[in-house]
Amino acid sequence: MIYVTVGTQLPFDRMVRAMDSWAARRGRYDVFAQIGRSSYEPSTIEWVRFLTPEDNARCLDRADLIVSHAGTGTIIDALQRCKPIIVFPRRMEFGEHRTDHQMATARRFEQRGLVCVVENETVLETLLEGSEKVMAVATAISDYASEELIRFLTSHLAAD
Amino acid sequence: MELLRLRPAWERKKVVYAGVSPDGGNEVRPAPYYVLPDGNLHTKLALIRVFLEAFRLVMRVRPAAVISTGAAPGFVVVVVAKLFGAKTIWIDSIANAEALSISGRAVRPFADVWLTQWEHLSSEAGPQYHGSVV
Repeated sequence: MIYVTVGTQLPFDRMVRAMDSWAARRGRYDVFAQIGRSSYEPSTIEWVRFLTPEDNARCLDRADLIVSHAGTGTIIDALQRCKPIIVFPRRMEFGEHRTDHQMATARRFEQRGLVCVVENETVLETLLEGSEKVMAVATAISDYASEELIRFLTSHLAAD
Repeated sequence: MELLRLRPAWERKKVVYAGVSPDGGNEVRPAPYYVLPDGNLHTKLALIRVFLEAFRLVMRVRPAAVISTGAAPGFVVVVVAKLFGAKTIWIDSIANAEALSISGRAVRPFADVWLTQWEHLSSEAGPQYHGSVV
């Protein structure tokens, strides 16, 4: 199952539409999307506007691939479950966000080998066609932060 | 969520969590959880409410240390806790990969420990980098 999520705060028509038209062309009926306040309503893929945290977790658990806006919450969710994630950043020029920080943020995660970033619908589709490549990027992280950070904090808290 | 990934750092301490999500308590049980109102620079009135609630929270809990990854409500609690003599630790959210958040910059004089989770944003003068939540 491919789980598509736009997060809770903003709509993201471009990503939802791209996933819906790809699924229609490819006859993929295993795509499920959480579309928030997007105005585009998918015709092929199944969708809901919002999910409870529990249902969101269930979708993440079931997914073989996650396609998401550049929300760090979803990125961490995917990594904790060792699920491959394609990140599609929102763009200011399309009125999808107040700033263009999502692209830069996503690229930083990509540089660390944690996610695959696509800059537009075309690249997204190319990546979906060769999704074995994306699957290979699935990076597992532990349940906790880097040991360095935990040790650093522990030593600071020990004084109290 | 970022804070939960740091839990081992306060494993043996008495801990209280606070956040703006009404159902954040589920994630932190059995530790107590307090809901704070949300606010940001554009919602001045809401921010005043955050200050009042943060004040009440700090008075009640009297923390020895406060750790926050932001955003505005976390900043407010750090400021208030600092006034009450707590040790304050700011770990700017990993979401801020290109620049420190507004709260993250403003908190500097109130944070005993001032961290970023991105090495390229750290400098001698601070914020420091000592790893990240992933």
